[in-house]
Amino acid sequence: MKLSDLTNHAGEWLRGSGPMSEIVISSRIRLARNIAGFPFLGRCSRQQRQALEQKARETILNAQIASELLYVDLEAAPEIDRQLLVERHLISKPHAAAEGARGVAIAENETISIMVNEEDHLRIQALRSGLQLEEAWEQITKVDDKIESTLDYAFHPRFGYLTACPTNVGTGIRVSVMLHLPALKLTGEIEKVFRAAKDMRLAVRGLYGEGTEATGDFYQISNQTTLGKTEEEIISDFKHVVIPKIIEYEQHARKALRDDRTVQLDDKVGRAVGILRSARLIASEETLLLLSHLRMGLHLGRVKDVDIRTLNELFLLTQPAHLQKIQGRKLEGDVRRAARADYIRSRLSAS
Amino acid sequence: MQAEHSAGEGALFMKCDNCNKNATVHLTEIKAGKKIEKHLCEQCAAANEGLPVKSHMPINELLTNFVMQHSGMQKEVGTSCEQCGITWAEFRQSGLLGCPNDYQVFEKDLMPLLQRAHENMSHHVGKVPARRGNSGVPMKRQVDLTRLRKELAKAVEAEDYERAAKLRDQIRQAEGG
Repeated sequence: MKLSDLTNHAGEWLRGSGPMSEIVISSRIRLARNIAGFPFLGRCSRQQRQALEQKARETILNAQIASELLYVDLEAAPEIDRQLLVERHLISKPHAAAEGARGVAIAENETISIMVNEEDHLRIQALRSGLQLEEAWEQITKVDDKIESTLDYAFHPRFGYLTACPTNVGTGIRVSVMLHLPALKLTGEIEKVFRAAKDMRLAVRGLYGEGTEATGDFYQISNQTTLGKTEEEIISDFKHVVIPKIIEYEQHARKALRDDRTVQLDDKVGRAVGILRSARLIASEETLLLLSHLRMGLHLGRVKDVDIRTLNELFLLTQPAHLQKIQGRKLEGDVRRAARADYIRSRLSAS
Repeated sequence: MQAEHSAGEGALFMKCDNCNKNATVHLTEIKAGKKIEKHLCEQCAAANEGLPVKSHMPINELLTNFVMQHSGMQKEVGTSCEQCGITWAEFRQSGLLGCPNDYQVFEKDLMPLLQRAHENMSHHVGKVPARRGNSGVPMKRQVDLTRLRKELAKAVEAEDYERAAKLRDQIRQAEGG
């Protein structure tokens, strides 16, 4: 498997299938782990950082995590490849921008990725489309066990898995569910969700995690408490309490739009289709917003002649690094915006 | 109480309200909407107002105390982890700890912080590494490994390959044990 094999299709998490996929884009679980006997990365010498990367890489490659596994040396990888991995949610923005020995292992059709030398020595991630938290947990805990069978984790009987940042200590788990909430955004009720999430000690972030804006009406909801609860409790809260509530809100808002504000809804959706099918220059922010409205229109039956699979792919393939990879050359400014508009037109007219 | 002072005399040369020494402590109190000023010498201030006044406190100590009070630190600035060298102040600045051993070194200071971050919880109840059963990985061995690896890095840097080879053996042994 090569990195270039990933480019032409959407990741598993954007397949647009899985339970509740009209509203739940993806379910993600990440585990923060550190290797015993090494300082955390902020206090590592260059040599220790390299030793860590080598040790982690060897362990991962020999752990028989999957039949096929791709390891990318991020220190050597060109910027565009790192950007591509960020767009596919396989590495974080800080991991792409960092310096020094670091890498990422990708397996199981991109449902598993393991970042080496991010904020912690290892950040294991399971990413699946729709609401599939239990499946993601089952998958990730097995990968964690396999790595742990040959590697000593920094672990303390009282504090659990020790992490560089004390806000992750204990289980080291972060459960994130990415939601598409265009109706709550349009009706202005999204603020209520933010307030409720805050009361439940949950964080709300944008499309690309920490410190990013909620572009295209995508919101990531994640836990903040990692100590004093079991992984199963945290996951169960999400699956049975938090997420169903938000889904219900969004469905209610969508129904209200369709029944009471039909003209306004059709106007939004119609404009989105119109611009996407006729624009000659388009930026990625605007693309995300219009695709978001189109996606809502499709799920509410206001648009019929667009394939949901194509639409889901466009969310990813119109991003800067993907677009440049597809075109096979570096694109900037208006040339890039023109290439994006051309690509969207070709995909939306063909379906 | 109204301080008496003759015109032209600055606050620096005021006499203490109680005795005849120079007043170095100047207080302004608002009581029932009335402004009350007090000028006292150090001794009277300490005795009457319960204000511990230490004379000639060095400016850096003064500043350090100020910063410590405002960041909720009780530990002396000098306390650092013997493994990674990080101090509590450095941790507070970056938000990231230096090594696993810090959880023991700074346990007392970390507790309130952990409880704030984790809904008042302070004990892990989740998954435990399977290979080590319920006891987890012994901290002591982790600490030894950190120290050995640090020494190895130093030996390599100093091109002391004989020592580096010995340390590598010790690390291998500790890892296997």
